[in-house]
Parts: sequence; C-alpha cells; structure tokens
Amino acid sequence: MSKLVEGLYYSKSHEWVKPLEDDVVLVGITDFAQSELGDVVFVDLPEVGDTVSAEVEFGAVESVKAASDLIAPISGEILEVNDELVGEPELLNKDPYKNWLLKVKLENPDELSELLNIEEYEAFIK
Amino acid sequence: MENLKKTCLHEKHIQLGAKMEEFAGFNMPILYQNIKTEHLAVRNNVGMFDVSHMGEVIVKGKDALKFVEYIFTNTVETLNDGQVMYGMLLYDNGTVVDDLLVYRLNSEYFLLVVNASNVAKDYNWIVEQSANFDVLIQNVSDDYQEIAVQGPEAENTIKMVLDIDLSALEFFYFANYEYNHHHLLISRTGYTGEDGFEIYASEEAISEIWDLLYNNDVVPCGLGARDTLRFEAALPFYGHEISDKISPLEAGLKYFVKLDSDIDFIGKQALKEQEENLARRVVGIELTEKSIPREGYLVYKDNQEIGYITTGYLSISLDKPIAMAMINRPYTKKNTEIMVKVRNKMVPGLTRDKKFLDKKYAK
Repeated sequence: MSKLVEGLYYSKSHEWVKPLEDDVVLVGITDFAQSELGDVVFVDLPEVGDTVSAEVEFGAVESVKAASDLIAPISGEILEVNDELVGEPELLNKDPYKNWLLKVKLENPDELSELLNIEEYEAFIK
Repeated sequence: MENLKKTCLHEKHIQLGAKMEEFAGFNMPILYQNIKTEHLAVRNNVGMFDVSHMGEVIVKGKDALKFVEYIFTNTVETLNDGQVMYGMLLYDNGTVVDDLLVYRLNSEYFLLVVNASNVAKDYNWIVEQSANFDVLIQNVSDDYQEIAVQGPEAENTIKMVLDIDLSALEFFYFANYEYNHHHLLISRTGYTGEDGFEIYASEEAISEIWDLLYNNDVVPCGLGARDTLRFEAALPFYGHEISDKISPLEAGLKYFVKLDSDIDFIGKQALKEQEENLARRVVGIELTEKSIPREGYLVYKDNQEIGYITTGYLSISLDKPIAMAMINRPYTKKNTEIMVKVRNKMVPGLTRDKKFLDKKYAK
C-alpha cells in the first residue's frame, strides 16, 4: 500500500503540493511514484529563479534503468531547490513526503483546486 | 501477460518477489531486490541469472564445419573440440542477423547459442542458407535450460555446492559434467565481464541447481543487472550496439570477423567494401557534468547531430555517467568534445575508449 499524507494536493503525474503560507508551496513526488520507480540514483532539478508551469516537465527522477519526467502540478517561481537530493537521491525512496524537491511561489493559487485531494488520489492509484 | 512463455524457474522468481516483465516473449525477472545489489554481487562475489530463454540451435552433419564457417563471422576451423567462439551471423549487406556463441563439440557437431528474441528468425535464416550443405539443423531451445553463475567466487561456489571442480576448465571452453545423475554442459563464458560459467541442463537439473545455489547465498540477479554488467564490460546487445541496420565494423567488433582470412562467409564482401570508408562507429562517451546519458539520446557537435546513444547508465561500478554511442566519423576520435541532449538540456562530454572496466576473466 502506498503511503498518503492528509492536507496535500496531488497530481495525476504523482507529484504532491503542500501549501505553506503567502502562496508558497513545497512540491515533491508521492510514495506511489518512488515505489514504481525503484531505487532513485539521480534527481535532475531546475535552478532557483527559474519558473515552472502547470503540466509542463521541469526535471526528472532517475532509477538505474529509467528516467521519469517530473511534471509541475502548479505554476510559479522557484524560491528554493532541495540540494540535499543531489548528493543523496535515495532520500526520495526513504521519505518522499519529507524530502521535497522545490519551494515555489504560486503564480495562480487557483490552480490548487485543479489538483486531487487525498481521497481522489487514493482512488486514482488503485 | 498470459500468452508469455515461462522458464522452468518462473515459479521461483515469483516466490522471490521478482519484478517481472516481458522480454523476448518470456515473462522474465527484471530485478529481485534492486539492480545495484545484484550488480555488485556479481562484481565482488557471485550471482546467478536464469537465462533459460536463450536459444539453442544444433548444426550437425558431414558439412557442419564448412557450413558454420560459411554463416559465422569468426573462425571455427582452428577451434579445438570443446572450445567456444563468439561471433555473428550476417546478411549479405553486412548487417547483423544475430550475435552468438558457437560451441564446437567436433567438426561434425556444433551448438549455437543465440539471443532469445531472435531464435525463430535465426533458425529460419540458418536453414535457408543450408541448401547446398549436408547438414541437419535443429532448434533445441525448449530442451536446454540455462543458468549463468557469474563473479569472482563462481568457481569456488560451484565446487562447494555442486562438488564440481572447474579449475581446469579454461576461458571459452566447455565440458560435460554430472551432478546427481543429471547431465550438465558447463562453459567458462558469460555476459558480465567477470569470471563465470554458463550451465546448460534439463528443467529438473536446473531447478535443483538453482535452489542449491540460492540456499548457499548465491544472489539471484535479473535482466536489469545483466544489462548494467554487460554494458560496463562494453559487450554489445542485439538491437542496441548491433542490429539488422548495423554492421560489425560499425559496432567496433572487427576483432570477431575473419575479414583477412581466405574463408568466404555471408556478408564478407559487403564488409570489405565498407571497410574502405566506414561512416560511423560505436565509441565510448563520458559526460563531464552529472547527468545520465540514456539509450536514444542524440549526440551533437557544434549544434550538428552526429549520432545517438546505444546504451548508457550512471555506471554502478564506476559511479560515472558513461555510454556507448553510434557516432559519425570523424567525431569518433578519442577526446572529442561533444554534447548529449538530455531532455531539453545539452550536457557536455567527451568521446573515449570502451574500456570502462578492467575485465577479470580467468585467462
């Protein structure tokens, strides 16, 4: 069973969004995503100051065998990138909800309502 | 998945919790625990692979030697009985039907071990070529099951577990052995760049041996690790470094082609002509920035496309982003600065030799 966390927004491409304050959010990948992918050996992330656009690829998580595109669940400017993942990509397997990828300032907070809630995402991955 | 063929070890893979996928019409284990652990078990200790899906074709008869020389790129005339040779079957235009191991039992009896994905194609092609030869060709793939036991501890482990002493078996030789009334054909061959053995036997024998090895801590390895291991050893994989669109010269496998001998073989003429002016060749690439070059990614020089990655990984043994790539000449020269397009980014790298790893064969 995949682990899910209350209060997050989920995308159909298996990213999660956690609202902080002032329209700032954390973005990560779900437990389902990391378990499908297997051992993560490399995380390819954009840079601080870059922008991401909803439903557009912004990087990749890679296992030994394959690269899996990361699709932005929301649009906005990147405030922070989790650099810890560069040296220790396996953190994504250990705790994909604690080890976020990006901190983003939302361009359009209404986009959150387009995403799935925990029940909808749970049904989606069943 | 229901129509897929299963090897005699299929149930055991399921019980071990392997991740199963289709490969060459078989339902095969890709990994059991994870690819890295399996890969390192073979590099540092010993691992085993179910390779029962591989195809076996027998060529026998009065003209067997002459016929194998005619269809095979490498020389079998000078082989000893009991010796194994790697080479390829070619089309008239010099591209590759398949790559294979030829086992010489004697001058009138050869066993050809071919890729699972090509068995039917190979068998039909071989039969078609044989019209003017006194040979009998049999596809015996269903009768031969196979385990590869690979790694520096392979010889010791087989001695300990099966009480079979393989110390006198030389690299690329085979012999017949007996275990618990089962007949085994064992060769000192493999597809990992390590010392190791390939054991051919009946379903019953292979199942029994697999269990014994497993109970003695030999790590089961899936097709995932098989690919990362053969890649680091720069061994070609049909459909990637070689194919029906690629010749052995383009693949950098001239060493396995008897181009300078007097023996005529199918595809020789085309290769002789190609040799004069080879347009492209498989070379090594190492990225100088952290990224992973994967199969199919395009390679550029000064914004001009000059080739593509045939296989690439973040190498497990070396922890470096390396690849084999089909590159247009003259950019095949070592230390040529190139760019690999990784998703939307251009990542810098250099061409290099394919000696990613020191092979530790027991020669």
